[in-house]
Amino acid sequence: MFPELGQLALILALLLAVLLSVVPLAGALTGRDSLQAFARPLASGMFVFTGLAFAILTHAFLVDDFSVAYVANNSNSMLPWYYKFSAVWGGHEGSLLLWILMLAGWILAVAIFSRKLPPVMISQVLSVLGMVAVGFLLFIIMTSNPFDRMLPNIPADGRDLNPLLQDIGLIMHPPMLYMGYVGFSVAFAFAIAALINGRLDAAWARWSRPWTTVAWSFLTIGIALGSWWAYYELGWGGWWFWDPVENASLLPWLSGTALMHSLAVTEKRGVFKSWTVLLAIVTFALSLLGTFLVRSGVLTSVHAFASDPERGSFLLMLLGITVVGSLALYAFRAPVVHVRARYGSLSREIFLLLNNVLLVSATALVALGTLYPLVLDYLELGKLSIGEPFFNATFSPLAVATGLLLGAGIFSRWKKTDGGWLARKLLWPLAVSVLATAAVMIGYGGFAPWAFLGVFTAVWVTVATLWDLWDKSSSRKGRLHGLKRQSRSYWGMVLGHLGVAMVMAGATVVSNYGVERDVRMQPGDTAMAGDYEIVFNYIGERSGPNFSAQYGEFEVRLDGETIAELHPEKRNYSVGMSVMTEADIDAGLFRDVFVAIGERISDDAWAIRLQYKPLVRWLWLGSLVMAIGGFLAISDKRYRIRVKDVKAVEQESGGTAAGKPAEVTG
Amino acid sequence: MHPIRKKRLTIVLFLVAGIAIAVALTTYALRQNINLFYDPTEIAAGKAPQDVRIRAGGMVEEGSVQRDPESLNVQFRVTDYSASVPVQYEGILPDLFAEGQGVVAMGRLNAEGMFVADQVLAKHDENYMPPEVAESLERAEKRKADAEKAAQSASY
Repeated sequence: MFPELGQLALILALLLAVLLSVVPLAGALTGRDSLQAFARPLASGMFVFTGLAFAILTHAFLVDDFSVAYVANNSNSMLPWYYKFSAVWGGHEGSLLLWILMLAGWILAVAIFSRKLPPVMISQVLSVLGMVAVGFLLFIIMTSNPFDRMLPNIPADGRDLNPLLQDIGLIMHPPMLYMGYVGFSVAFAFAIAALINGRLDAAWARWSRPWTTVAWSFLTIGIALGSWWAYYELGWGGWWFWDPVENASLLPWLSGTALMHSLAVTEKRGVFKSWTVLLAIVTFALSLLGTFLVRSGVLTSVHAFASDPERGSFLLMLLGITVVGSLALYAFRAPVVHVRARYGSLSREIFLLLNNVLLVSATALVALGTLYPLVLDYLELGKLSIGEPFFNATFSPLAVATGLLLGAGIFSRWKKTDGGWLARKLLWPLAVSVLATAAVMIGYGGFAPWAFLGVFTAVWVTVATLWDLWDKSSSRKGRLHGLKRQSRSYWGMVLGHLGVAMVMAGATVVSNYGVERDVRMQPGDTAMAGDYEIVFNYIGERSGPNFSAQYGEFEVRLDGETIAELHPEKRNYSVGMSVMTEADIDAGLFRDVFVAIGERISDDAWAIRLQYKPLVRWLWLGSLVMAIGGFLAISDKRYRIRVKDVKAVEQESGGTAAGKPAEVTG
Repeated sequence: MHPIRKKRLTIVLFLVAGIAIAVALTTYALRQNINLFYDPTEIAAGKAPQDVRIRAGGMVEEGSVQRDPESLNVQFRVTDYSASVPVQYEGILPDLFAEGQGVVAMGRLNAEGMFVADQVLAKHDENYMPPEVAESLERAEKRKADAEKAAQSASY
């Protein structure tokens, strides 16, 4: 009974989405307020019905309703309740439903938080979002219905959730990632709306900025969670594999980062408008591409569920319509504006332009490496893969260049910066960074050119960011007063950049100074990983709720003192007959010690992987710091649009239809 | 020159130089890192290059896995049921590696025709078969069928 109601709810949501994508837009184009007034109720209604569908599916999981095919395929009565809950998005259909729920949530949020926006703008934005929702609701109803029944042969028990997915990291990873992916649709909708009514002004940039930033923050957390999960759960201690699926999430992140920065220039200086719009379109298209790559089954990975060509072509069609439609609109409407704002060849505008060039190049590179094998395969020109070395060799220089520019860019001024002044300004931070990097190199014992560059970049970004904070916070009333005076968006930027520095430091140090050893060990044996001595004490059996396991006991010693006891496992899940390696990690802020059990070599000898991972936590902590920076930035009071401001903005942009930069100070 | 044109020229030159460097680096990196896939029949026929990093895949032959009890060295044969290739690997094999399962290995072919793998990938779950392996098995099946047909028609 319930599952049919869920399907009905989805269909109703689709109807509301169709109305949402047509009615307010028609109202905005014909100037009828009565039609535009439908936007908000339709948005709320859509959220209610998708929420209802999601709740019904969740209910089916929690009560073990195996008559629903999706539940039977992804759950099991022995599964603990929290995994039953997260299993809702453990497969294709459910994760798509989660995607749609998030989209409905974002639409509702736009409807609620944009009350102060001009009604024409908000109607258009909500209509564009409605179109996106129509696409995905059609997709789920036509190709991936999560409420399909298995009647009359109801299975006695479910096929269990893939053991890889039975984990806290996986409860959190997809929702965060989807919040990011879907969130970029808001920036996209703002860009399309601005194109439709030809108002690419500072006000538009200001309205899309917080939405972009918040989506980016969620995406950052989502990617970091995925990397963290791969690190401990896939069992072998890698944190980034340049796997196509990972790249699919990195692509919108890179272009989203570029978008955030170019939106800042558009808001503050009224330039780069067409570019910013294009980036907003590209970022959302890359989110869709990511969804396509991951969900269509063209890639084989933990993420690709049952591959079904129909689904792939539907998603590809959706992607095609979005890209072609929005680019056509862009071609017709992107203003060929004569920007009157001047900026010198050395200015903050130029630094941010270079930042965008580098980030977009990085996006293009990652896209090339990811899509090239797929395209060749599709054209039947051969099967090949592009390995990690390609990405490492091309991505690292771009990352280093971006970091070096970032440090210099922080000190630069809008419009014009004096070269001599900037050089003098950079001298001391440069000296401090070189010394600090040398100290780090000596600390880790060993110089390597790439390690030096990576660490130097991280230190440079940190020093420059803090130096600038110090400069800006000097105040006659004391340092504390000066620090308090800084705006939240400035603090957000500081945290964002410090987070980047942490990620760079972590990535460089763990790649260059980490130790990874596969050794043959018998109980009683000792092996070294870096400075750590690891003693294999014992191995036995234990059984869990839905698995049995080989259970090891290892002692970690530093300078003869025991600092940790680790219990890695090799689990055997009875339902799916699958084997899983559960590594055990002694985690620390500055290093991880990692032990995983491999296969049994002889009666009493085992293959054991030992790893020493310096600064590996900084990868994820840095991402968290970045995301916190994002959330801090959007809480800045200047984004709280007051009625007075909106009026000022309207007047100004009314008089600047030709695209004169509308400087709005908040 | 007019200052605006001068500025534009610098920007354009910068862009052109940047793109040129990027294209050069990318092509170089791509050339170094493209790993072509070969199936056991192709390798046995000598079609795969020696000492170049390639991917090879197929089914792990039943009863072919030999472990050295004193180290982490493993040898096994990978087959598409019409030819097979010996593979040598040192390290920990993936959880789902087993005889009769599909695997893909990355590594180099040495002068003795031994595939020295530095990475062995197995499937993610019990139903998954690496697509390259699935395809190569299909090809081998077809060859066998063709050969049988040819043999039958010859005996008439």
